[in-house]
Amino acid sequence: MLKKLLPFVEHALKAPVWDCRMCGQCVLHSTGMTCPMTCPKTLRNGPCGGVRENGHCEVIPEMQCIWVKAYDRTISLPLPKVWKEHYNELRPPVDMQLQGTSSWINLVTKRDQQVPDGWSVQGSEH
Amino acid sequence: MSVLREKLENSNDVVFTAEFPSVDGGGMASVERNAARLAPWFDAVNATDNPAAHAHTSNTTTAIAMKMYGLEPIMQIVCRDKNRLAIQSDMMGASLHGITNLSLLTGDDVTAGDEPEARRVFDIDSAQAINIARIMGEGKYLSGRAINPAPDFYLGAVENAAAPPFDYRIQRALKKYRAGARFLQLQICYHPDRLEAFCKGVAEIAPDLKLIPTLVLVKGAKGLGFMNDKVPGIDVPASTLARVQRASDPSVEVNKLTLELARHALTLPGVRGLHITDFRHDDTLDSFMNDLGRTPKR
Repeated sequence: MLKKLLPFVEHALKAPVWDCRMCGQCVLHSTGMTCPMTCPKTLRNGPCGGVRENGHCEVIPEMQCIWVKAYDRTISLPLPKVWKEHYNELRPPVDMQLQGTSSWINLVTKRDQQVPDGWSVQGSEH
Repeated sequence: MSVLREKLENSNDVVFTAEFPSVDGGGMASVERNAARLAPWFDAVNATDNPAAHAHTSNTTTAIAMKMYGLEPIMQIVCRDKNRLAIQSDMMGASLHGITNLSLLTGDDVTAGDEPEARRVFDIDSAQAINIARIMGEGKYLSGRAINPAPDFYLGAVENAAAPPFDYRIQRALKKYRAGARFLQLQICYHPDRLEAFCKGVAEIAPDLKLIPTLVLVKGAKGLGFMNDKVPGIDVPASTLARVQRASDPSVEVNKLTLELARHALTLPGVRGLHITDFRHDDTLDSFMNDLGRTPKR
């Protein structure tokens, strides 16, 4: 029951504020409360090389690049330090199986931390 | 071992790379012709992957054809057209044919090309693609399934030093470095100050990441204007554009400008070579390389 209800509640709350796309593996906390799934290229690891001189999106010229916004907000918003530190981590590929599910449930069950068996990340600090 | 890797990792030689012209018909004869034109000047040449979101002969088959004519390919893979399965099979296909240099990039959006109605894929992003290539080089697919023996890849990536958010570009380059990139071919940049800040920032933290800034040979003010207006992520300062427009011979002036940018780029920390894109198909390339003090091989 909760599994069916929560996605509706989550979307109702997050869509108006963050334009949530229900990827089911929310990383808002690490991206300055800016949803990377609203990037037309759905990039999870920073801006592409097409960002315009005015900081706007290559694909949607009237929209500010979400990664420009994420970077500004990560610096300016009073977010917990640990969240800010997560900004530059290498985020794994999106798990398409989680599309439409509640990221809250996936957070609690740690389902959102499951990555393909081969995925590994080299030391986060050089 | 690839010449590119050998030179970048085991020598202090300056390397020169270029973009192989897209193949659209013309057959192997066109590949042979272009290979002959580029071979005297370049250590390795990029086999592009549907550049500017236009369909062309595929990256892998172009790279194979280049190799047949003695040109060392750097095979590009963009994230726009293929999902993670197809990208891994591209990499294995390259390895099967002895292609070891890979350059992994996001890619222009479909809306930049001539089929803007196409579905954009972007199943994975460039940093993830680099990381997956590194994992494959360690002997397994993303799923964890073994690859035995592991493919031998020399990994590169691309970064745009001159696009916002400027401060963050250094961190993003380092993210790609940590994922496994050993060299970065940088986007065309008409802001020497931004390029300088970027190279200094990267070299400070990752001195062994090889930086290869890109220069483009254009005909004159019109070509520069095109870069500014049509190529995503490239900004030509108004003063630079005006300098070329007002010159008595814009064609000579733009060559002078490109040469200045090239010489400046080569002085920057971390810079180990230059990447040349040539839209002219005349003798400009030869004279440009001569002006840079290069001598052709063979």
